[in-house]
Amino acid sequence: MESTLKYNENTKGKFFQVVKTLFKSIRQYKKQTFLTMLFVGFETIIECVIPLIMGYLVNTINGSSPFEMSFLGDPVTNMMYYILFYAAILLVLAALSLICGILSGIFCSYASIGFTRNLRQDLYNKINSFSFKNIDKFSISSLVTRQTTDVMNIQLAYYLSIRISVRSVLMLIFSIVMAFIASPSIAWVFLILVPLLFGILFFITMKVDPIYRRGFRKYDALNESIQENIKGIRTVKTYVKEEYEKEKFSKNALSLQSTFMKADRIVALTSPLMQFFMYTSMCTLLGFGTYLIVTSAGISLDIGKLSTLITYGAQCLSSIMMITMVLAMIIMALESMGRVYEVLIEKNAMLENNATLKDLDDGSIILKDVSFRYDDTSDVYALSNINLNIKSGQTVGIIGETGSAKSTLVNLLPRFFDASKGEVIVGGHNVKDYDIRSLRNQIGVVLQKNVLFSGTIKDNLLWGNKDASDEEIKKACQVAQADEFVSSFKDGYNSKVEQGGTNLSGGQKQRLCIARAILKNPKILILDDSTSAVDTKTDAFIREGLKEICPTTTKLIIAQRISSVQDCDFIVVLKNGTINGIGNHEELLKNNEIYRDIYNIQNKIGGEQK
Amino acid sequence: MKIKNINVLPRLIKDIFLSDKKKFILAVLCVLFSGVGVVIAPFMLQNIIDGVITPAIKDPTFEWLPLLISNILILISCYVVALIGSFSYTQLTTMLGNNFMRKTRNRMFSHMQDLPIKYFDTHTHGDIMSTYTNDIDSIRQFAANSLPVMFNSLFISIVCFTMMLFYSVWLALIGVFGVVIMFFVTKYIGGTSSKNYIKQQATIGKIEGVIEENMNGLKVIKSFCHEDASIKQFEGINKELFEVSTTANKFGNILMPILGNIGNILYILIAIIGGILISFNVMNVRLIGIEESISAGILVAFLPMIRQLSYNISEVANQVNSIALALGGSKRIYELLDEKVEEDNGYVKLVKAKYDENHNIVEVDYNSKDFDLWAWKHPHSATNSVTYQKLEGDIRMFGVDFSYDNKNIVLHDITLYAYPGQKVAFVGATGAGKTTITNLLNRFYDIADGKIRYDGININKICKKDLRRSIGMVLQDTSLFSGTVMDNIKYGKQDATDEEAIAAAKLANAHDFITRLPQGYNTYLTNDGINLSQGQRQLLSIARCALANCPVMILDEATSSIDTRTERLVSDGMDNLMKGHTVFVIAHRLSTIQNSDVIMVLDHGRIIERGSHEELIAKKGVYYQLYTGAFELE
Repeated sequence: MESTLKYNENTKGKFFQVVKTLFKSIRQYKKQTFLTMLFVGFETIIECVIPLIMGYLVNTINGSSPFEMSFLGDPVTNMMYYILFYAAILLVLAALSLICGILSGIFCSYASIGFTRNLRQDLYNKINSFSFKNIDKFSISSLVTRQTTDVMNIQLAYYLSIRISVRSVLMLIFSIVMAFIASPSIAWVFLILVPLLFGILFFITMKVDPIYRRGFRKYDALNESIQENIKGIRTVKTYVKEEYEKEKFSKNALSLQSTFMKADRIVALTSPLMQFFMYTSMCTLLGFGTYLIVTSAGISLDIGKLSTLITYGAQCLSSIMMITMVLAMIIMALESMGRVYEVLIEKNAMLENNATLKDLDDGSIILKDVSFRYDDTSDVYALSNINLNIKSGQTVGIIGETGSAKSTLVNLLPRFFDASKGEVIVGGHNVKDYDIRSLRNQIGVVLQKNVLFSGTIKDNLLWGNKDASDEEIKKACQVAQADEFVSSFKDGYNSKVEQGGTNLSGGQKQRLCIARAILKNPKILILDDSTSAVDTKTDAFIREGLKEICPTTTKLIIAQRISSVQDCDFIVVLKNGTINGIGNHEELLKNNEIYRDIYNIQNKIGGEQK
Repeated sequence: MKIKNINVLPRLIKDIFLSDKKKFILAVLCVLFSGVGVVIAPFMLQNIIDGVITPAIKDPTFEWLPLLISNILILISCYVVALIGSFSYTQLTTMLGNNFMRKTRNRMFSHMQDLPIKYFDTHTHGDIMSTYTNDIDSIRQFAANSLPVMFNSLFISIVCFTMMLFYSVWLALIGVFGVVIMFFVTKYIGGTSSKNYIKQQATIGKIEGVIEENMNGLKVIKSFCHEDASIKQFEGINKELFEVSTTANKFGNILMPILGNIGNILYILIAIIGGILISFNVMNVRLIGIEESISAGILVAFLPMIRQLSYNISEVANQVNSIALALGGSKRIYELLDEKVEEDNGYVKLVKAKYDENHNIVEVDYNSKDFDLWAWKHPHSATNSVTYQKLEGDIRMFGVDFSYDNKNIVLHDITLYAYPGQKVAFVGATGAGKTTITNLLNRFYDIADGKIRYDGININKICKKDLRRSIGMVLQDTSLFSGTVMDNIKYGKQDATDEEAIAAAKLANAHDFITRLPQGYNTYLTNDGINLSQGQRQLLSIARCALANCPVMILDEATSSIDTRTERLVSDGMDNLMKGHTVFVIAHRLSTIQNSDVIMVLDHGRIIERGSHEELIAKKGVYYQLYTGAFELE
């Protein structure tokens, strides 16, 4: 819903700009696009000529040849001669039309699918260049929709535009011209019927478009609720809400159906409407035509021309129907086009300077008067006036309540975000002076939201260092306390990780993520609440191991548990984006109320006093 | 696979028929009427040419006008019938199709609600979801478009063919020849294309999976500078989709030009052969008799008919892909519908009750607000009597074994007592069986051996719904439903007042953050709309459980995402709430469970230690190690 509103603001009235931007993705498929249109054009023209020749053929059979040719013997042989003559022409035309049809079909599939292949890739690449700020602006599900459903809609619209619309427009023009050539005294009928039909069909399209939009939104909502239900089935069953859920669903399904039904029933009118126009043209042509033939004794119109007119009449009415259908699809795809455009033109929030500095001198971190806000126009700072000095190789704990901006603070180091004010100095230089990839390669982050990717466990670990040997992998996993459970799997390090890591427990995922970051052999290692699902003992083993395997690495540990941070060189207590206290465990226990409080709860002293 | 899918077709058509017999039959009749227009036109055209124009040109005195008018009038009236038929059948099939969709959706959803948890644990959510989206869409196409188009075209084809027989059997035979060729072309090209369309569907599913995965992990990708690799991976699958799609579309796109031109060639063939038949004065066999020779008029009337026939046959052929997709889709839908629902042989019910003057338990009306207690209503078939047993929350397990797959035993000989009002905690490594035990209590799964008694009643005798109604549950992965915050809190107790809900929220310490939401308790929550943190979601689900106020509660990592200070506040509230409730707690943080009456330490499906915190500490066993682990290493 939100994205729809945005679309309206950003892309309304910018149709040509949107099209221009999207068409940049056609690239190597320009040739196929052009060839498609060319061959569709040929095919259509041939298809339009065929009924004309067929008309001559019919005339011949009826005994009235259009050409004044000498008789070759008796009338029947003469007729046979002409039949063969026209049949030969027709055969050539049919062969040509077949070739053009096949070629256009093949080129068209390459053009439309190739275009969307490029478009999808461009979108994907663009999104991969997004900074965290850009990512947060679009929701993940909306990014997925833009690359799937929206691209598919565009593909359909493009296909229809280069194949069907070229075809129907040409056919319409050709049919009308031919009808006029055949008999201007009757062809005027089409000049009334065609605009009338187009008008009515267009009216119907405009009328159902908003209903369908509403329907599709309801459809999305219904699917969303099914998804919720499947995800929450344990909750549903626990509270015995099956009947309630059924009732709720059936109500929503009914409302969805009534919306779609309304639109579908209007659309269903087009078919009888079309027939009405066909039949009207048929009756008019037959009535007037016969009258004309008989009264002019076959001079201003003959039977062949009459049947030609009938054929072209049908053709031009059905091409009108096709044109409106294509229009309807394009109108429906407009929204998708706008959404894709929005991603393509999104400006990267992280200014890529041409900094060339590659190596961090060491793992030291200095924050000077750092403040940060997520929205440049907002007055609310997530972090304000942070000053920190961490020496290379130190282990620093960060603790604080949910929402105290612990993650935000560490996100500034690998430049996931840029500080709004102040300086972030890592390894002796401002983070902005580094080539961003080199910077990130030397800072290992285990994010709060653990993500593993489908593939083997080894595949995932190799993310940290694609050249890591099996021994190095095993060593990293031993440190992260993951080796034991990985080895217990049937396929060990080659065990499959399902999409979203669903076949691993939260604690297992966390430990693998830590191993992945260790493999990077980073100068700075950030663990953002990375052991919350791991028991205290394992947690302690991990910290011990880290100390051993990378003694020179600066380690930042964000944690909920005091036990995770109490042996750090010093601990930072954050509160609402400011530093509430700094010191080692003993100092903080003495001086910091928040820290003492957390400690007491976790060690039950406070709890028992109560 | 193809053959298997075809088997679904009769069932699908039968279901569409059964969804509204009257409309179905009526629609079929109306399709027949609508065909009249298509069929009558060439017939009348020939009539007018042969009966009006030709004689009028030859004989100027011929009274052609009345004849023309009567012919046109006949044509118009046929058209009117056809239009009425066409209008009615398009409306009818639209209604039929939409109703069928809704009924199918409802059937699927209702059925799904009654499936055991096992179904959801053994199918990925994505797979289940795609039945509701892709598969339903495919039969929507089929029911609303393909079926009527096919029926209509087939009918017209048959009528055309019959008419052709009336004109000339020889020429009609050539028509049959053409249709046979079209059939084989369709079978080959259409078959190849639909095979690839089905493959394309699968690849689209795959690429959606890749996109979703990478969008979810975008931040991780960036933190590992893995963009290039990720783009390369995507290029690979994108190329795969491109290849499958172009193959499918290529074949799909060329089918119509090929069929159309076969139609053209057929037309030419008929013209030539018709001409030859005329030239050689070959006897014409018609269904209504034998003539000396084919007349030019017959050939002229026959030619549009052969166009009509080939056009309609290609219309049928054009539906091949949508039929193939619909068959695949309906097969999966039927698989869902054929899944066995959860069985419930329980007969002990949970009822509201009161004490009478003799302190006996008496049942009261279910909707009554005036009741003293909940009671188990236990009918005894042997003595034909009913006894009432107070609901207290006394849970005992005796020698329970359990296996998910009847092969690997995951719980061994579990015996435990939880007296009313006790707090029982489970501690142990992931996979030790903590959650499994709770899944047995509310019969998400049934035990393999042993006995579970609830207030002395074997839980197999209790109606599943009543059993679950008496057990509240807060899970680690909290599920909220689209709706307001208030709706979500009241989920477990629809008839609660707003005040009660707010009180529950206060108890769960959720009140503060709720009031800070844009619309407070009326804030509408959607799946990923308003961004509640995991901790806030847990607070809401605790409030929900608190409001439901069940005598037995299961808290499975219910506070894992809440920071320690807040958790303290919550658990203080919870402890108040839980007075008199039997509570099962699973938690990683030992501080959460220290005040439990009894702590069970589980390892590989066995209880290896049990006792209170103090007892277990004194025992210096596994629990002690866990508890002190962090300090030990210093």
